Amino acid sequence: MTAEATATVLPRAAAAATALRRRAVFSRIPWTLIIFLLMATVPWVGSRYDTFLAAQITIDALFAVSLNLLLGTTGLISFGHVAYFGVGAYVCGILMKTYGVAFYLAFPAAGLGAALFALIAGYFCVRLIKLYFAMLTLAFSQIVWAIAYKWNDVTGGDQGLPEIPYPHLDWMSAIPGCGDLSIGARFYLLTLLLVAVSLAIVHRVVRSPFGRVLTTIRDNPERAAFLGINVRLYQLAAFVVAGGLAGLAGALYGIFSRGVFADYVFWSKSAEIVIMTILGGTGYFWGPPVGAAALVWLNQVITDYTQYWSFVLGAILLALLFGFPGGIVGGLDLLWQRLKRLRNA
Amino acid sequence: MTAPPPLLAIEGLHAAYGLSRVLFGISLQVEAGECVCLLGRNGVGKTTTMRSVMGLLPPTGGHILWKGTDIAGWAPHRVARAGIGFVPEDRRVFAELTVWENLDVAARAARRDGKWTIDAVYELFPILRELRNRRGGFLSGGEQQMLTIARTLMGNPELLLLDEPSEGLAPLVVEALLHNISALKEQGVTILLAEQGVDFSLALADRVYVLEKGRIRHAGPAAELRNDQELRNRLLSL
Repeated sequence: MTAEATATVLPRAAAAATALRRRAVFSRIPWTLIIFLLMATVPWVGSRYDTFLAAQITIDALFAVSLNLLLGTTGLISFGHVAYFGVGAYVCGILMKTYGVAFYLAFPAAGLGAALFALIAGYFCVRLIKLYFAMLTLAFSQIVWAIAYKWNDVTGGDQGLPEIPYPHLDWMSAIPGCGDLSIGARFYLLTLLLVAVSLAIVHRVVRSPFGRVLTTIRDNPERAAFLGINVRLYQLAAFVVAGGLAGLAGALYGIFSRGVFADYVFWSKSAEIVIMTILGGTGYFWGPPVGAAALVWLNQVITDYTQYWSFVLGAILLALLFGFPGGIVGGLDLLWQRLKRLRNA
Repeated sequence: MTAPPPLLAIEGLHAAYGLSRVLFGISLQVEAGECVCLLGRNGVGKTTTMRSVMGLLPPTGGHILWKGTDIAGWAPHRVARAGIGFVPEDRRVFAELTVWENLDVAARAARRDGKWTIDAVYELFPILRELRNRRGGFLSGGEQQMLTIARTLMGNPELLLLDEPSEGLAPLVVEALLHNISALKEQGVTILLAEQGVDFSLALADRVYVLEKGRIRHAGPAAELRNDQELRNRLLSL
């Protein structure tokens, strides 16, 4: 190689190395941690109402991620995911209110109870495919709703279970800066922590060999089967894990909204969570949480201007499904790839 | 003492898609170490035979004996774990998983130990080692075909069902594939091959079954067809 060639090649190589390093630094920034820390500042920097919205988004994020384990990861469309949310809410609510059990026992019990119910319902559901599967999940959720609505002695029936106690959060006073926080704000912080841990676990599950098997089933169940994968068994496992996580979200929601009511288990709530998940993007881990945030926020903003919230939501969904089938996160990803290509060109 | 049963014996197999019947009593055998080819034009039942063996299309009649045990109607994952590997015609890989992940998933799914490890399949298809971090969706047709075969090998099958491996591939790629499959054969893998391409199949096969409209029209050594132009013309009307 001549001296001139070396001279031109070297700076270019150096520039490429810098770009590579910059990209490595960018991807190494713990974005998720930063977002969780920012969300944790809401009780201090925002109003009570902001904290209320942030709590709702946090709980819905976990609920939507649990649904996406079925929808996006395994390729199962559930129209009755609210059943497991509801079972979790009732288990936690009944244990805490009727039996005075501590939250730290009632919360995991809600997850286990919902997972157990998902095991029973899922055993039947995974025997069917596609639309039949979806309809059976809907049927099970309506059964849960009917029980919640009619079994007065246990669920409170139409009256529901109001005034579920908050967990004991006095220990938070020991943390500097938390002394003045209301019980609602403290519960929001606890919710944020529990959801963060749950999401971290789901994230690991999705990227584990188990998660990869679920991906192959979504991609092509037949191909997965002749490679030796017991498709139904894995679908059932995904169903149980998703149900358990929904149960945890439900437990948090019952306390957050100061009561558990049969309305929570009505099928329209299932539709809402499906919309959130699709709005955010089923193909991305962070799609459903983004969808949850967008939907909760949009709902607030739009109902300030018009009472036709459903109409606006329908229009947004229509635009999204045709314009960005990958959801909000999918659209951002596409934009990001285009920008990168422009800069490289 | 009786001779051990053949590795695979199909006896009077009938199969149908709904009301449309496709197979009318197919019988064939594959001995361990052999390469047997199902020859015939499109739609004569080659793929259906393989799908029936795999449990993807439960037969409506007949027996599928795997080492003497009737496996007709078994679920596909049980057939795979019993030691039958299937490389389907569509040669689709899991597009979102990388080459390595495709192989890893298959190895875990089949739960069969043996000589086929990731390194061993990289040895057979060196290109896959280079592409190991590439997603399946970004591979060329020939690379996908290699990955599908490699993925099936990860299950350490005793019998490999190859459905039209050469279809739609460029001549150079087909030649490379031929080389790979004969390497497999030399390593003692038993192969049941379905093909339309006479040259491809006769280069590999020990024995040939010619199918026509869901029935076996001719059975015999591949050498017979290789040497007898007239017989070849009559059976395959080329």
